[in-house]
Amino acid sequence: MAFTLPRRALLASGAAASLLPRAARAEAKVLRVAMTMADIPLTTGQPSQGGEGQRFMGVTVYDALINWDLSHADIAAPLSPGLALSWEVDAATKTIWTFKLRPDVKFHDGSTFDADAVVWNLDKLTKRDAPNYDQAQATQAATYVASIASYRALDAMTVEITSRAPDAVIPYQVSNIYMSSPARWKEMGGDWTKVAQKPSGTGPWILDSFTPRDRALLHANTGYWDPKRVPKCDRLVLKAMPDATTRVAALLAGEVDWVEAPPPDAVPQLKSAGMNIVTNFYPHVWPYQLSTLPSSPFHDVRVRKAANLAIDRDGLVKLLGGLAVPAKGMVTTGHPWFGKPSFDIRYDPDEAKKLLREAGYGPDKPVRVKFLISTAGSGQMQPLPMNEFVQDNMKDVGIEVTFDTMDWESLRARRRAGCEAPENKGADGLNNSWSFGDPDIGVIATSWSALKPPRGMNWGSFSDPVADDLAARAKVEFDVAKQNELLAQLHARYVDQAMWIWVVHDLNPRAMSPKVKGFVSARSWFQDLTPVSNA
Amino acid sequence: MYLYVLRRLLYTLPILVGVTLICFSFIHLAPGDPINAVLPENASADVVAQVKAAYGFDKPLPVQYLIWFANVLTGDFGLSIMTRRPVLSEVGPAVAHTALLAVTAILLSFVLGAGLGLAAGMTDRRSTDRAVSTFAVFGISVPHYWLGMILVVIFAVKLHLLPATGMGPSASDLTQFGMEDFRHLLLPAITLAMIPAGIIARSVRATVAEIRRQEFVQTLKGKGLKRPRIFLHVIKNAAPPTIAIMGLQFAQLLGGSILVETVFSWPGTGFLLNAAITTRDLPLLQGTVIVLASFFVLTNVAVDIFQTLLDPRVRRV
Repeated sequence: MAFTLPRRALLASGAAASLLPRAARAEAKVLRVAMTMADIPLTTGQPSQGGEGQRFMGVTVYDALINWDLSHADIAAPLSPGLALSWEVDAATKTIWTFKLRPDVKFHDGSTFDADAVVWNLDKLTKRDAPNYDQAQATQAATYVASIASYRALDAMTVEITSRAPDAVIPYQVSNIYMSSPARWKEMGGDWTKVAQKPSGTGPWILDSFTPRDRALLHANTGYWDPKRVPKCDRLVLKAMPDATTRVAALLAGEVDWVEAPPPDAVPQLKSAGMNIVTNFYPHVWPYQLSTLPSSPFHDVRVRKAANLAIDRDGLVKLLGGLAVPAKGMVTTGHPWFGKPSFDIRYDPDEAKKLLREAGYGPDKPVRVKFLISTAGSGQMQPLPMNEFVQDNMKDVGIEVTFDTMDWESLRARRRAGCEAPENKGADGLNNSWSFGDPDIGVIATSWSALKPPRGMNWGSFSDPVADDLAARAKVEFDVAKQNELLAQLHARYVDQAMWIWVVHDLNPRAMSPKVKGFVSARSWFQDLTPVSNA
Repeated sequence: MYLYVLRRLLYTLPILVGVTLICFSFIHLAPGDPINAVLPENASADVVAQVKAAYGFDKPLPVQYLIWFANVLTGDFGLSIMTRRPVLSEVGPAVAHTALLAVTAILLSFVLGAGLGLAAGMTDRRSTDRAVSTFAVFGISVPHYWLGMILVVIFAVKLHLLPATGMGPSASDLTQFGMEDFRHLLLPAITLAMIPAGIIARSVRATVAEIRRQEFVQTLKGKGLKRPRIFLHVIKNAAPPTIAIMGLQFAQLLGGSILVETVFSWPGTGFLLNAAITTRDLPLLQGTVIVLASFFVLTNVAVDIFQTLLDPRVRRV
């Protein structure tokens, strides 16, 4: 042993250094993260590849006018001032938003952030005839800018944004619009492809270089405007590693310090090797969205409730190695939007059978339903074994489930189309993991009958006058506390109506080397890497 | 000879056009649009329509294909939907990375396969023959994915001798290739070499054994030629089929292995194809397939020509 330890240490340090270019192999504190993405997301401002893209190439390199406060592990991450110090909506029109900007903020290239930069960034995403318009970024931001009718600079540090209609969710949408540097774009001759290689934001990390489908190298922005969020590590290496087993091997071999989403069956091995498994709630639920059309058995609320009561969630959590918690609704219990539903989602097969009997079903007449499921996908956890587990549970109470299995992109297309679309004929449910990161996607747009596809995300055409009224009021309630109260009532209402089958909440697992310290696992899709140190 | 080469090259054109057509048709058989993966999670119908139009996917399929094909003829393979980088700038480095892996793997498999095949073919000992046959069957049968993971567990996780994943520090700059890069190359190259090594070993063994039974070899023996001289005659006769097999194997390796490149996070064409397929990045998928198909076809043409040079009888077949 006396001779193997130094040898291993030597090789481990060689592996650590090997992720950096030779010129950069100084004595720097480096954090190496293995992401689940197969490619480096868009680097120019609006990252591609969904929540993980924003986690690693959005909130790292860039800021939005409104950021997320990711410094707490015990509460749902709230919005916080970013490049705007404050924002308010005009009391009369409820459509004109005024943002007071943060002074003395510099982009990574040294240029100044001001109101013109905000207007330039909105042009980049919305104004198709603007010289800086970028289709790639516009596509990524399309949903977030859809409510914006116009915008203008009132003075050097004040911006006015007008929405198409009163919409209290605007601040959440603004938090997804990242500010990139106009000066860098000009320096690169107005070529976004060149900007991508040398982007400039205002965020706590500066991108040095990236190799597609391999790695991105970043270093700390020591002049970051928020001194509390100047990164503790000098360098950050982001590795694209879509295969879960490969990520685990890389961590065990000492090639990375942090892996996203380790598979449940690898957790005991990782723990025995001294790795830390970090978990926390985040806005995620693994559900079945249900068709409430008259042609589906789920048209009957008793069948929907029975399906919710049929699932042994504790058993499923055990199958998942404890990396999930049973769901009691769309949002987690204790979340400001949970409310007080009277329908307690639990494992109660006897009650499920009773409800099915009341609905006219029984051993001789089982409920027959078809679910659309995917083989993999973002947030889908372990879809095949989980679906088979649920299928067995359902069969025990008299619900016979068949699956139409497809790839992730096909499932997303079927979800966008809604249950009334011809291609979804005969489908009674759809297993598409869901985020409740903002009020729209999480609570309002999924339950409002006015927002069936293609207008919104109410896949199952759920229609309930009480829910509709609450959704409409929450959408235009600008007082955050009052809006939260309406959202809680709405959530309680559709839980009572068993709008979907809610199964488990993922616990957002990460595995880290014991040398990684200081990470606060925020209850969010995004995470702050700035307080993390790596000894 | 020139006519023969020209004819072989002309044959490649309809093959390549056919490949693009099949690839284009197949991806549209799957439900959903190619823009699905880039759309935000909660994109409305308006947003979907606008993005579709912006990317040209609102046009009829034959029109889309013809526009793409006309652009390819001018050297413009379009932009990746996901990254908005030019397809050629995506495919180029990936091909280089895979070529590095493929050349190493084919050399390794040739040394291993030809060496063992010759040993088995030239020997009269059954034990050697059986050992080589066992290796060949193992090489052909072993799943890449499994072997890659086993090698990683042994050499990276347990022994800490070799890196588990990724390219070395030179990354895309192959002119900076050094020892650390070579260490990163070893495990994926060994994994990738196993199948061709098995195939080459079997083929060489069978060819050599057959040649040894031919009359001219008996004649050479009867004339009193020494064993090394006879060995050279056997090798010369065994070379054309072996080269043909190596060419095919090399062309296949150039296509990249989705499994091996995914296990080792090697950013080559297999990794690229995997990403393009899962995100339904049509321009990237088509560009990669056409480049890989060109390599495959041209490698086979090169092998045919080389075989013809070695053995003029091939041209008459």
